[in-house]
Amino acid sequence: MHPLADKYIRKRTLPLIFCPGCGDGTVLNVFLRAVEDLGIFKDLALVGGIGCSGWLPTYLQSDVLHVLHGRAIPFACGLKLTDPRRKVVVFTGDGDCVGIGGNHFIHAARRNIDLTVIMINNGIYGMTGGQVAPTTPLQGRTQTSPYGNLEPPFDVCELARSAGATYVARWTAAHPVQLLRTIKEGIEHPGFTFIEVMAQCPTQAGRYIEGTSDAGELLSLLKKRAVSLEKAKEASPGEMTGKFVVGKLHHLTGRKEFSQAIYDSFPQEKSG
Amino acid sequence: MTASPRKKAVKEIIIDEQFCKGCNLCLVVCPRKVFSGSNKRSRAGYSMPQTTDAGKCSFCLLCEMICPDLAITVIEENP
Amino acid sequence: METSVIHGNEACARGAIAAGCRFFAGYPITPASEITEFMSRLLPRYRGVFLQMEDEIASICSVLGAAWGGAKTCTATSGPGFTLMQEGIGWAAETDTPVVVIDVMRGGPATGQPTSSSQQDVMQAKYGSHGDYEVIVLVPSSAQEAFDLTVKAFNLAEVYRNPVLILTDEIVGHTREKVRIPGQVEIVERKRPASAAAGYVPFRPVSGGLLDGMPAFNQGYGILVDGQLHDEFGGRAGHKPEVSAAMVERICRKITDHADELVDVEEWMVEDAEVVFVTFGSPARPALRAAKDARSQGIKAGFLKLRILWPFPDKIIDRVGRQARQIIVPEMNMGKIFREVERVVAGRAEVLSLPKLGGEVHTPAEIMRSMTNGQ
Repeated sequence: MHPLADKYIRKRTLPLIFCPGCGDGTVLNVFLRAVEDLGIFKDLALVGGIGCSGWLPTYLQSDVLHVLHGRAIPFACGLKLTDPRRKVVVFTGDGDCVGIGGNHFIHAARRNIDLTVIMINNGIYGMTGGQVAPTTPLQGRTQTSPYGNLEPPFDVCELARSAGATYVARWTAAHPVQLLRTIKEGIEHPGFTFIEVMAQCPTQAGRYIEGTSDAGELLSLLKKRAVSLEKAKEASPGEMTGKFVVGKLHHLTGRKEFSQAIYDSFPQEKSG
Repeated sequence: MTASPRKKAVKEIIIDEQFCKGCNLCLVVCPRKVFSGSNKRSRAGYSMPQTTDAGKCSFCLLCEMICPDLAITVIEENP
Repeated sequence: METSVIHGNEACARGAIAAGCRFFAGYPITPASEITEFMSRLLPRYRGVFLQMEDEIASICSVLGAAWGGAKTCTATSGPGFTLMQEGIGWAAETDTPVVVIDVMRGGPATGQPTSSSQQDVMQAKYGSHGDYEVIVLVPSSAQEAFDLTVKAFNLAEVYRNPVLILTDEIVGHTREKVRIPGQVEIVERKRPASAAAGYVPFRPVSGGLLDGMPAFNQGYGILVDGQLHDEFGGRAGHKPEVSAAMVERICRKITDHADELVDVEEWMVEDAEVVFVTFGSPARPALRAAKDARSQGIKAGFLKLRILWPFPDKIIDRVGRQARQIIVPEMNMGKIFREVERVVAGRAEVLSLPKLGGEVHTPAEIMRSMTNGQ
């Protein structure tokens, strides 16, 4: 295996649970490089939700919480606030983050707490067999939208930004180089970082929504649908149908980070 | 281990048969067409890719980075 | 030693601080809100973190994360919030995470009677989350006990690395009485594992079914804490029936094997009693009055108050059942702990349920009358 895997992966837990060609594996791959490049292994505190993406942090040898469905973010808040020096990274899926986890997501963004939330978006509830998600495209056929999805999907980056996130970016599992740069920048950003990774899901979304389980074809679809910020500015709404914007979408510096605010608020003298 | 712009020579490209799941993403992303299919099976029974033209490798490391199973290592000649 | 006139809710908060709680997350809910309010005022003075989270689920989950961050942690709520926290309580039991959860019981079900008392959550406290697991449940009956048993709850949570629940009720929570608060209380400090990080097996019991200390994150242990059934190293084991079974058995027996050490009862004139009131929480107080009044009328009445409700003190109840003729269980619910007493006594004595709904506690006269009716 790759030397970085040899260095950081829990051998006992191999082989990786991901389906062949799954975008989750690429995100794990890129994350290991980010950890190595930043040299932050001993400060890492990882939290995984429930779903395929939630397994990702359990493969690292760092301290990891594998928690309840939708609740990775509040668990992560507890870890961060007990020691703000920790580099707390949350791995969550679209259903975990903005389905059941939606409330925690918007409040953590509102607080601007220094977490890095990496949401791997495959547009479906994959682990449970391919049910419709808050990010499934309209008309998408899934196990619980057999006649086509009638619900418009979230633009989760937009949700994050309007809730108060101070670093928001979107890439895909077909953009590992850009994703690596973004993950590193996001971890270093002292505030709520939200990184959405559009990812191929050969087994569920691939088969049911896209009509193919070929990982390479799905990767090409991701690349085709990804539009850079510059191009998106010139494009008409019609040209953006079925596409999404990639890049660093929002980056605000200078806003007070929440754990800093808490620790700054302690009275100078202990009393009582 | 990010890609460097300086010119390198590749010694070999290892695909770990313990972990390869035959997804062929390496084949798809390689800009130099270094990989092709093969009849070789990985440990779990997946059809593995092979490197047919390692000399053409430009060290972009896209194959290394994209591999969902961390199975690919690009080894540099005289690093 | 400080003596104050404070209510049970404030006493719980003071007890938590005295026991070393330095992280609290809660959500407003009657009749528990004062606990959250007092923690918001007290914790920053001790450089402890207070959060009002967006809901009760975020509250329990953030205090569990904080426990692994290294802090002694606590949350407080009432019935509806207690229901929401059950998944988190189950996660804490499954992962051997110490945490104290306070439920100030109010009338239920659903929104129920927010401003009135009940004891309707006593079974939920033990069986509230799905799956097989164990909790320790303490039941204060006064503001003083609210302080003392909160301290005890934190200590038990550290020893057993388990969720420990405190069930007060609206009467205890909101009644102001004299509370003695010592300058120092005996506390169990969290200890790091005795093993070095390299050889550390996180979920392997080392003695008495208990685990080796409690590591915190970023101490070099590289610990995997998973809500899915796991092996001794924390690796998933759902696909291995024997490992899965062993893990569930371990987390249950961790508590049940120590049931004898987890007995906390007060007795008054039980030794020669013919009628014994088996009580817990607010009804204990009129019941003691009734027992004393009965004795002064020549009736051989006795009084037993459970301060730890779960694990249920089978041996104590069994002794009482073999010696008394009649056992009466006054409780502010439809009759729940009554069934536990009946189970243990197994027909050796007559067991009567004295339920009371509506929000008011039993009067001594009501308890006396139940006894008279039975004779």
